[in-house]
Amino acid sequence: MSTDAQAIHHESFIVNLGPQHPATHGVLRIKLTMDGEYILDAEPIIGYGHRMHEKMGENRAYAKFLPNTGRMDYVAALFNGHGYVCAVERLAGLTVPERAEYIRVITCELNRVASHLLWLGAFLVDLGGFTPLLYCFDDREKILDLLESVTGARLTFCYFRFGGVCNDIDDTFVNGTRDFVKLLRSRMPLYHDFVSTNIIFRKRCEGIGLLSADTCRRYGATGPVLRGSGVAYDVRKQEPYSIYPKLDFKIPVYPECDCMARYRVRVDEIVESLRIIEQALDQLPAGPVMAPKVPKILKPAKGDCYFNVESARGSFGIRIVSDGSENAYRLKLRSPCFSNMSLFQEASRGMLLADALALLGSLDLVIPDMDR
Amino acid sequence: MYSLGDIVRLLLYLVGLIGFGAFNAAYLSLLERKQSAWMQLRRGPTEVGPWGLIQPVADGLKLLSKQILLPRDVNVPLFLLAPIMVVVPAIVSLVTIPFSETLVAHRYNLGLLMIFSFGAINIFALLIAGWASANKYASIGAVRVVAQNIAYEVPMLLVVIALVMVTSSFDLVEIVKQQGGGCWHWNLLKLGANPMMPASFLIFFICMLAETNRAPFDMVEAESELIAGAFTEYSGMGFGLFFIAEYVNILIGCSLATILFLGGWDCPFGLFPGPHWFLIKMYALCFTVVWVRWSFPRTQFYGLLNLSWKILIPLALVNLLLTAVMLKLVP
Amino acid sequence: MPDNDWKTRLVACAARDAAQQPLVTETPHATKGSVLEVTVPAADVVAAARILDNAVFLIEAVTGVDWLAEQQMELVYDFVQMQTGERVTLRARVPREKPELPTISAVYPGANWHERETHDFFGIVFSGHPNLTPLLLPEDARFHPLRKDFAP
Repeated sequence: MSTDAQAIHHESFIVNLGPQHPATHGVLRIKLTMDGEYILDAEPIIGYGHRMHEKMGENRAYAKFLPNTGRMDYVAALFNGHGYVCAVERLAGLTVPERAEYIRVITCELNRVASHLLWLGAFLVDLGGFTPLLYCFDDREKILDLLESVTGARLTFCYFRFGGVCNDIDDTFVNGTRDFVKLLRSRMPLYHDFVSTNIIFRKRCEGIGLLSADTCRRYGATGPVLRGSGVAYDVRKQEPYSIYPKLDFKIPVYPECDCMARYRVRVDEIVESLRIIEQALDQLPAGPVMAPKVPKILKPAKGDCYFNVESARGSFGIRIVSDGSENAYRLKLRSPCFSNMSLFQEASRGMLLADALALLGSLDLVIPDMDR
Repeated sequence: MYSLGDIVRLLLYLVGLIGFGAFNAAYLSLLERKQSAWMQLRRGPTEVGPWGLIQPVADGLKLLSKQILLPRDVNVPLFLLAPIMVVVPAIVSLVTIPFSETLVAHRYNLGLLMIFSFGAINIFALLIAGWASANKYASIGAVRVVAQNIAYEVPMLLVVIALVMVTSSFDLVEIVKQQGGGCWHWNLLKLGANPMMPASFLIFFICMLAETNRAPFDMVEAESELIAGAFTEYSGMGFGLFFIAEYVNILIGCSLATILFLGGWDCPFGLFPGPHWFLIKMYALCFTVVWVRWSFPRTQFYGLLNLSWKILIPLALVNLLLTAVMLKLVP
Repeated sequence: MPDNDWKTRLVACAARDAAQQPLVTETPHATKGSVLEVTVPAADVVAAARILDNAVFLIEAVTGVDWLAEQQMELVYDFVQMQTGERVTLRARVPREKPELPTISAVYPGANWHERETHDFFGIVFSGHPNLTPLLLPEDARFHPLRKDFAP
């Protein structure tokens, strides 16, 4: 025991939340300086899952980096792949057949639904309610089955190729997806009854974890976090890519800035994604799924480009600098979780431990995506 | 003075009650697992015995065979004392619980008071456990348990005092006897004595959940915030005893609710009263406790205290006042 | 009030080439991903960031590129306007033997982590940074893996 009178007077203490802690969903460590249950300072210490994907991107051919993309944000792995292939296609000037674009959007939106469902379950576990997790997993499992039937993987997808996708979808997938859309739509009222109207859940979310739009902007937080702060910023609308301009969908925005707003944004996004999937399935054209004559070894011309996709967690960006060789000269991966997490230190100051963990859960972090 | 026969009878009852408590702790945990599985589209334990019925035995054996770890900085005597302190009062409290008019280990005219005083030891045990663990999570959990249990003991006792004013007895057997002869005689529906009786039952039930540290009030454990709260450093049977005590406390809480409000061993329609009715009512309440746990997220700590100090205590005070007024007005 | 005049201010802030023309290119979004690329002198990144901050830009990323052949390090800052989706890339170059430039974390607190990451990977020093310790690399890391002459 310390006899330092000064230390006793302050009565603040340091708690290491993590790297192994039930609320951090991975190897994230937060060094909390606490005064009782109030947080004086919360310093995230990240990098436990750092694998230097950017260096790997520099010392292998473009196509060989494709599997890596599925291992960053493994909960919504298709978006990383989508961003990467689109960036390389932009740099190499490849065009993608329309059917392939549709398939990309359908699978990506399925992945978004799966990711949001997982988040919903995990968030409720953070708040101490375990039951919804298993309902979410039950529905998510059906998505993973669908995606497995076409991509061959359940989690770390490597499905997109430069100039298309590697497998065509068949009627089984199309019909299965249609059935799933109907099923999940019929399940949404259940989630609503079970979660949104639950008095304890609302008490724990409403007015908790306020993040102003300006805070989000200065920290670069995007995705549902930013949209839960009342800013209608979505890459799919602001910088339309793929076939999104042809589809009719809304961007859910809630101005309350609290955990409840972020929850509502994500639940509404599930519904919007289902609409996107349905429209895309209706419009699905016939044709090839790979561009003809994509060179085996790509050597894009000198130059650089940036490409952003709207991942389930926010704006996922890739900057590729090419020197004309078969490897990228520089590959920058802009992960949404990294930016979303960086605001935690400021936002959690003065909060109670339990509320800070609600805020942490509402940011929807995937640690390997943050650490890359 | 007690005769030898009395003492032998008491000892036999004590052995029986320990067995009853242990059996219930084991099978309430199985009920919890099966029921939560059923609520969550799962199947729960199925491997050990038919429908997983031997699972609690396997759990117990596992806990018994595990090493009791003593982390470096713990205060060893207190660390080892806490699990014992939490389980002994829980078992002893069972002594005055009447399962029927005759099936009671020791009929005691201050039985109700005794259960509450033993129940209060629980707080100290958890506080000691948290403090002796020399772990920050455990300390936070221990501090929480004190604030929570004190906050909820007040409305619980206020409700019980109002009830005692109606029954004018602390003797549990006497309290049940007054409710005999069908559900319209139960304290729950004794609206003539106090129109707020159903509300006071609800207050009692909520406080019981909070006193036993069950979700949605499981602030002590709060696994997503404090890992395992006050129990973080415990392993093996040390943890097992906290576990048993939690279930025995639920058992006592549900028994008390049955005795005080639901007519104990009385049959709802006035026929064949007996211990079976007591058990049916008690297990129905236990079922509800588990049901509530798996339906709600955890409350915030200040939400928990607000509920007690701002809603339950004023309500309980109004209830108390109303009872007093009714007693004066309705002879 | 958001500053609508940010483009001219940014051009005024840009570095000049040999012919005293500002190093500003309007780039096609379809092939480059951003609409404006501005190269600023390393000392002026804070001023440029402040212009973008006043125009309600969101900070997207800060990163570096090691140009070994030219013995230079390039800093790349990506910003995006939240309402219009206009994407602006700021570039600044610093000499490779003394890669140092001021931090913009006072303007954009989100740059704090991005700059720490860039320091990890390239060894670029952001003067005035509040906490330039390794973020993703181990805390005792003394190497900068994305430098082109890095040998593990």
